[in-house]
Formats: sequence, structure tokens, C-alpha cells
Amino acid sequence: MPASKSKSPKTGRTPTPEPPPFEGYVTDAFFDEMFVDEKRVRPFYSRLHKRMGRLTPDQLQERRQMADASFLNQGITFTVYSDNQGTERIFPFDLVPRIIPAKEWAHIEAGLVQRITALNLFLHDIYHNQNILRDGVIPRRFVDEGKHFRREFMGFNVPRNIYIHICGTDLVRDDSGEYLVLEDNARCPSGVSYVLENRQTLKRVFPHIFEEYGVRPVEHYPEELLNLLKYIAPHGKPNPTVAVLTPGIHNSAYFEHSFLARQMGVEIVEGRDLVVEDDHVFMRTTRGLQAVDVVYRRIDDDFLDPLVFRPDSMLGVPGIVGAYRAGNISLANSIGTGIADDKVMYYFVPRMIKYYLDQDPILPNVPTYLASEKEDYKYIMDNLPKLVVKAANEAGGYGMLVGPHSTKAEIARFRKLIQDDPRNYIAQPTLALSRHPCFINDTFEGRHIDLRPYVLYGEKVSIIPGGLTRVALKKGSLVVNSSQGGGSKDTWVLEGDE
Amino acid sequence: MMLSRVADSLYWMGRYVERAENIARTVNVNQQLILDLPSHQANRIAKDWFAVVAALGEEESFLERYKKRDMDTVSEFLIFDRSHPSSIVGSLSAARENARTVREQITTEMWEQINRSYLWLISKSARQFYEKGSYEFFQRVKKALQLFQGITESVMLHGEGWEFIQLGKHLERADMTSRLLDEEYFLIRTADCTPAEALNQWLAILRCTNARLVYQRLYASMVEPTKVAELLLLNGLFPRSVEFCIYQLDQSLRRLSGVMPGRFSNRAEKLSGRLLSELSFSTIEDLCEPGLHAAMDKMQVQLGDIGEAIMETYIHPTSHQVTASPLVAVGQPQQ
Repeated sequence: MPASKSKSPKTGRTPTPEPPPFEGYVTDAFFDEMFVDEKRVRPFYSRLHKRMGRLTPDQLQERRQMADASFLNQGITFTVYSDNQGTERIFPFDLVPRIIPAKEWAHIEAGLVQRITALNLFLHDIYHNQNILRDGVIPRRFVDEGKHFRREFMGFNVPRNIYIHICGTDLVRDDSGEYLVLEDNARCPSGVSYVLENRQTLKRVFPHIFEEYGVRPVEHYPEELLNLLKYIAPHGKPNPTVAVLTPGIHNSAYFEHSFLARQMGVEIVEGRDLVVEDDHVFMRTTRGLQAVDVVYRRIDDDFLDPLVFRPDSMLGVPGIVGAYRAGNISLANSIGTGIADDKVMYYFVPRMIKYYLDQDPILPNVPTYLASEKEDYKYIMDNLPKLVVKAANEAGGYGMLVGPHSTKAEIARFRKLIQDDPRNYIAQPTLALSRHPCFINDTFEGRHIDLRPYVLYGEKVSIIPGGLTRVALKKGSLVVNSSQGGGSKDTWVLEGDE
Repeated sequence: MMLSRVADSLYWMGRYVERAENIARTVNVNQQLILDLPSHQANRIAKDWFAVVAALGEEESFLERYKKRDMDTVSEFLIFDRSHPSSIVGSLSAARENARTVREQITTEMWEQINRSYLWLISKSARQFYEKGSYEFFQRVKKALQLFQGITESVMLHGEGWEFIQLGKHLERADMTSRLLDEEYFLIRTADCTPAEALNQWLAILRCTNARLVYQRLYASMVEPTKVAELLLLNGLFPRSVEFCIYQLDQSLRRLSGVMPGRFSNRAEKLSGRLLSELSFSTIEDLCEPGLHAAMDKMQVQLGDIGEAIMETYIHPTSHQVTASPLVAVGQPQQ
């Protein structure tokens, strides 16, 4: 095994024809997670830097192949539909873990708790008295015009008064290293299975690297999730039957749905497995119909129930919304949370925090311009080539313009789109996202990253340490979404600060 | 208690894994068979392998795809052609897709074994392996599938889900054995050759079912058609015989429902119980009285009915209607 070879640098002289992979690493004036500058390594990275720097490119390649094979054999893949061979690819995994010291994590955690608390208060408010609108803190039209605002649920009380149970909040760091919130994903955030699988894979390929660090575990996520789902059972029912509702095997996140169901020990169901009778939801089983109490649904509102939302949805369960209204089934997340992760509403989250909690946001937003505001509109139109423009309701890196990386034609197209529907667009300055060393073509190079922690809101708020670090693997790219050529890394939160 | 859809997937996973192994045996043995024949016969047979396709009931889908019926096209059709479920790749792919939908029910080792086997089978290296010498290739395919069966046996909870895998496996195996015995579909037409030459065909059937040495031990005699049929249909101790498979299937059904042998609580149990009794209380002469072809034909119908009855009882009970829908009609973007 190469692990033992690399361990003993003192016994005999090992010929090293290739330069150590960190030699010639450049930070290009970005905030680098590992390096203060090209000569100095941040103290909490120094042991990792030493260990990884000791490996030859061949040894690193070998580890990478081990990691890739492990993902492939486990079937953690997506299918490339462009050819007929059924080719399957893995989501790229980078070997170099990202490290977050305890103090930094405490700051992030406090910020996320504050944010989800405010978002849940906001959702309760706009589906009841709408005080925040009455008081003019948020202009009413932004809610009324929101594509994901579910008028039908005005006055409806959700179990335990929790709307967003599972939230994936995307964070980035700017050129000073400050953590900023880029967006909230309050409907069906995906990716948490990669957090767990990345950890397991890194443990397999670099078992010794963990020995020198106190890395906080992440494996308890499914347990925490199950506790939360049981907590929201209708009428506080003890030992409720929980199920994960998936759009099916062809959904790109199916692996995750199945993974979570397996880890929690609950059924994974498709719409066609469920049937609603007298406002109660049942699974079709080999022993007839069995009642279901809590559904962790990975299907968006729009597709959930063809009787209420999109009638063309083949994924949903006719009648499930009626059962939900009748209080016989609990859904996570609740219906109607999409209004809170609308990219326009994002602009108002700092105000929500102030309004409901009387606090300043611990994690600030990225400066944002609303195309529907007169002054902002002018600024956006004048500065399109410099800005990042996002559609309010899109996810997965779609409907997005990165000004500095776009052609004139793309910019012109967005100019037209914004003109036609200002409510649907926001703009942000192009951030100099922080970078992290990644193992690319036999050497380490800096790539832009973000961080998606997973926030669970049940009896209390719990956040597994770290989250998913996504990497824009294309040189210079700022888009980290897996659908757009992104990869991911294991993310370590340390017990201490070094 | 388990989801009907899950039971369905486990059942079909069991069937397809078994089918892949049986196809591998069949193609392998028939390729070997040619080596044992005098050259004039070998040449003739190599040009027409349609009987093998017909035995599997895949005449139509073969004719849609191929013009020539020689050993190479038929082998290609039965090994690598992924466009239908009666090839090794097609079966294994279907088994894997079913396994993927029930990953929370099966163990990690089971999934990884089926996944690895599939990924290997569609790789370039598997193809090169086959072209270098098909014997080693088939050995590898069989080993991979047997390993899966072994892992299933030794690590999976022997509960309801396991029983559905067993149902699929034993029904498929019984069906395949009965097809192999159907003399209409022999590569060597026994009428066209001397009795000595015809023996090759019966030997090939024994090899397909791994029964060559078992036969020798039990009968210690020349290979005789009646004895081969007796071994493969009525020997209750031989794991590839129809009686053995139906006994196991019947046991699984009874463990699922808790109904004692000799009685029934649903149509699947009624049909499997009847077939089991028929096999238990018949000699090979009774069974083959209408002729081997007619007898095997009838048996395949009976097996098909049992399969339908299992679906009716556990997967699509008519008491609540099932709307089978395509999995994805409209997609949703991922957050």
C-alpha cells in the first residue's frame, strides 16, 4: 500500500522526480481557505498541507481512483442521457477536505439558527395576520406576486407551527473571508447524502489523515432527521409511520432519497404507492393499505397533488393536500415555504430578522438589487456586464447570468428578460468567491467554493457540523451546481480551532 | 408488510438475476456443444441457432433486429444486446434497476455486487474477455451471479422481502428448466441423426443445468432421455429441477401467508399446491404421456399462471385499483 510508503520519509532517500504538488500554487489574490498568501498556510490547515504535500502525484491519482471507484460501485451516479449506452457518471469528488475551525463554525451556526427562526416566523406571519406587510416592512406586492405564495393556505395551522423543517442555506466567503448568505433553499434542498458519503469515502482513502485532527462527525444526520419527522406527527402521535416521497428512480436526486430512507429505516414511496381515502393517506402494501402519518416529500408543491396544484403531475398523490388540511398527515417541508426562498424575498430576510427578533443579522446577505425597484433597475441595466443576475424562482444554477463570463448576446437576452418581468429578477455584484486547493491534473490548483449547511428545525434547531462544500471545478468558474460542472469536497468542522 | 411496489421489484430482481445466469449457461453450453459434433453437423448447426432463441420465446424480438440466424448473431443477441430483457446484459440491467429502486430493502453488499457485475459486463474489458475465449467469460458471469445469490442468502434478513426474491428466483428457474427440455427447440433435431449423435443434445441439457455429474451419480448409466427428464422434472433434491423449485416456491408462499401446506388462502397457493401435488404424485411416464413437447408447453402455462396469481395476490390486488404511470412525466429542478 502506498500509505505505508509515504509514511517513512526518513528511511532511505525516496527519489522524487516530480515536484511536490503544492509547489507553484498561486492564490491569484483571492481569499484562499488554506493559504494566507502563497508562502503561509493557515494554522488549522498546516498538518493537512504537510501530509498531502508529501504524496506524489501518482499516489494522489491512485487515491482519487479509489474514491471514484467507490462512488461508482455504490451507484452514486447520474445517467448521461445523450448516448444510448446508459453511461453513468459520478459527481466529481475532490480529495482535499475543507476545514472550518470551531470558532468560525460557532459563528455560522448562530447565524443559521437566527435565520431559520426568522424565516419560520415570517411564514407563520404571512399565512396569518401579515403584520410584516401591514407594518410596511415588506411591500405587500412582493408576497402577492410571489410564484410560490400559496394563498389557499391562509389561516392554516401547520403542525408544531414549523414551516421549514429542512433548510439548505448557501454560504459564500468574499475576498475578506467573511461568510455571506447567498440564498436559502427552503423547499426540497438536496445534497446532504453527499455530505455523508464524502466523509465515508475520504475515511476509506485517507484513513490516517483523520487521526491528527479532531473532526466532528456528521453520521447522525439521518437520526436527527427522523427525530424531527416523528416530532411533527399529527396530533403528537407516538411512533408515527414516516415515509420519504420521491418523484422516482429517474430523478437525479433519487440516490439521496433512497439513502435517507435506508438510513432512517423508513419506506421510500412514489406517488403511485400512496392512496388517499377519507382524507387519510395509505401505502399500498402486500398486506393491503397501511396508514402513513408523516411524509418527507422530495416533490415540490407544484407536483404534490394533481387535484390542487398542477393537474398534469404524474408524480403526486391525488388527495394528499386534503389529508394535510384535515390534519391527518404532516408534510416536511410544509406547503408554501417557497415564498421564503424566492430570491426577491431573500432581499428582505435581514429586515425579517430585525422585525421579528429585533437583532442584526449575524450572517449578512450579499448586496442585492431588485429589478422591480426603480433605482435598482437603472443600476442593473447600466451595469449588467459586471453583475450576476438571477431569476427569482429558479434553482440549480438555471436562469442565471454571470455578467463578466457572458457573451454580449447573453447579456442582451437577459436585458430583455428583465425588462419584460422585473419582479422576477435580482442582481448581485460578481463576488470574488473564496478558493480552495483542489487536486487537478496532477497538481493542486485553487477553485471557487461555497458551503451548504443543512439546518433541521424540529424540537430544537440542529445543524450537522459543516455541510456540503461545492466546488466550481472549471477553471475560473463561479458556478458550483452539479448540473453545471460542479463537484464537492468533504467538509470538516474541528473540535477546536487548530 | 411491505410496499407492493417493493415486493414487485424484489420479485423481478430475483427473476432477472436467475434468468441472466440461465442464459449464460445456455449460450455457453450450446457453443461448447458444437465442438463435440462431427464437422458436417457442426457447420450446419452453427449457421442456424434460431432454436435457442425460440426456446426462450424471443423469436419476434430477434427477427426484428437480425437477419442472420447463426451462432454469432444469436450469441450477440443473447449476451450483449441490451435492448431486450432476455439477454444477459438486458436481464442484469433490469435486475439492477429493480435493485436500485429497493436499495433501502437490500443490503449494501447485495447492491454493490449486482452493480459491479453489471458495470463489468458492459465494460470494454468484458467484451475483450469474451472475444478472447468465451468459456472464461461465461465462468465469470456465472460466478458474479452466484456470488450475488450467496450474499443474498447469507446477509439479507430472511423476511418478507427475501421471500419475494425467492419466489422470483424459483419460478424463473423452473421455467428455464422446462424450456431447456422442450425438444421442439433442440439445436440437434433428434429425428435427423443417429441415436448416438442425439445423445449430445441430452448431454448438453445436463450441462446447461449443471447436472452432468449428478446424473452419473444417480443413474450410473448411459444418458437416456427419460432419465434426464426425470432428473430435471421430478427429482426433489436437485436444486434446478422443476419439482424442487415448485416446492421452494410453495414454501415461500406459505411463509408469506402463514397458511399450512395442503390448504390455500389465495390463487397463487392453490395453483402452486396443485402443481406440486401433480409433480409429487406422478412418474415421468405419467407426466410425459402427451409427449415431452406438449408436457413442457403445459407446464410453462402453469408456471405463467402461478406468476400471474402472485401478482394478483400481493402486487396488484383488485380491491384497490392501481394506476401504473410512467415514472417521470414532468421534471422538477433540483434545489
